[in-house]
Amino acid sequence: MKLFRILITIGGLLLFWGAVTKIAELPKFILPSPLIVLMALIENAGLIAENALTTAVEIILGLVFGITFGMMSALAISAYHPVRQWVFPVLIASQAIPVFAVAPLLVLWLGYGIAPKVVMGTLIIYFPVTVGFLDGLNRTETAWLNLAGLLQQSHQRSRFANIYTLYRYIKIPFALPSLASGIRVAAAIAPIGAIVGEWVGSSSGLGFLMLHANARVQTDLMFASLLVLSLMAITLYYLVDHALRYILPWQPDKDTPAPS
Amino acid sequence: MEPDNRFPPSSPEPSTGEPRNQAGTRIGLQLRLNQLIFDRELIVGDLDLSLVGGEITCLLGPSGVGKSSILKILAGFIPLPPESWIECSDGRPVTGRISYMDQHDLLLPWATVLENIVIGGRLRGESPDLARARELLHRVGLENWEGARPATLSGGMRQRVALARTLMDDSPIVLMDEPFSALDAITRFRLQGLAADLLKDKTVLLITHDPMEALRLGHTIHVLSGHPVTLSLPYSPDGPIPRDPADDALRHYYSEIMASLALATADTP
Repeated sequence: MKLFRILITIGGLLLFWGAVTKIAELPKFILPSPLIVLMALIENAGLIAENALTTAVEIILGLVFGITFGMMSALAISAYHPVRQWVFPVLIASQAIPVFAVAPLLVLWLGYGIAPKVVMGTLIIYFPVTVGFLDGLNRTETAWLNLAGLLQQSHQRSRFANIYTLYRYIKIPFALPSLASGIRVAAAIAPIGAIVGEWVGSSSGLGFLMLHANARVQTDLMFASLLVLSLMAITLYYLVDHALRYILPWQPDKDTPAPS
Repeated sequence: MEPDNRFPPSSPEPSTGEPRNQAGTRIGLQLRLNQLIFDRELIVGDLDLSLVGGEITCLLGPSGVGKSSILKILAGFIPLPPESWIECSDGRPVTGRISYMDQHDLLLPWATVLENIVIGGRLRGESPDLARARELLHRVGLENWEGARPATLSGGMRQRVALARTLMDDSPIVLMDEPFSALDAITRFRLQGLAADLLKDKTVLLITHDPMEALRLGHTIHVLSGHPVTLSLPYSPDGPIPRDPADDALRHYYSEIMASLALATADTP
């Protein structure tokens, strides 16, 4: 039923698009009809696939690095007070700098390869992951922290060992649903970094291909690339979403109110 | 985790890897509380409470009277106010010898029933005593549920798991904050019986607002009233725990306690 609705929606949009190009008699370099785009897609399948692979690698590497650094930062900020006092404000302030403005610098420093795109993606993904995870870590129920503190009361262990097990068995599991929200946002915005990076300077990738096609008024090829990029982004989001649901089956979605 | 100001810096406890478990020892507890102030408001002023070793002491009072504050001070969740002290009958610190059971089960939603019971050991970095955990599960009647997640259990079952977790460390002192208040009447009745059986020989402080529960489980019952809160003289009904609430002998206590509670409620703003 859900699939049916999606198909209807897509079909309707395609029909509308086709009708507009037909009725307005737009030249194909302004707005190509869906059929022309489809033909461009088939004709240039090899070229598009090659460039899509570059972009996909950039997106996935950005996601991996962004999530890893984001999680590590959140843990450090949450567990170590000086980091929260000194580093966190800097982190917040850094978000005032638009990542797009940094893109030319990254290309200047790191060249035209995939490195600056991966860094762009990492920068974009890092923040939502950090904030989401940190929020979860800071929101462990007081009742649970009290109980855990009581259970840990013993004379032998170091403070560090207690903090480690507290995070390992209580704080991190409690924060995983928040981390998952952060990762979902990250998955949705991950392609932006790669594409912007490719626009600023690159020799392959879907962003590069679109820019190239645009300059040669190959609007149909542009649309075909855009279509592939959208499909990649949507697929990525659903894969991540499903994986997270699978990993966190106990995640309190809305039904169970947390103890106070 | 927090500075332990409960004891004068007498002995930093030269720990020799002594086990937490001290089954069999009955430890009495004495709390002397001098003015607990919260938000510039005097919650508890000048209060002496003693728990008899191996017995259940009930604090009975209307909601919002500050019953939980007293328990939280004993548990160390609220720092001990100045000029107050806690003393064990054996003269050793209370630290590490307390178990706590909350009104909410506080089970970890991602962990199985068995893992929830051994969480204390995990948090202390020990390898958990699974045999003991299974034995406790058997005693609370959930031996077939060790692999279940808490969300699949009923409220009563979850509280039984919480009871097993509370007993896991075999601490001589057990603090319980309205542990059965969220359950229906029958489940509560059964759990009270189970708890009375399992808490034998423990020094227990049980907070409740239910006079029946207090009469059923308490060796000693104090009614809390007033603002700031004061303790009534102890009521000590006879008979073994758990008592039968239909018992004629309890009727007299029941009406006395109800009268005292009614007064207490009238005092409370």
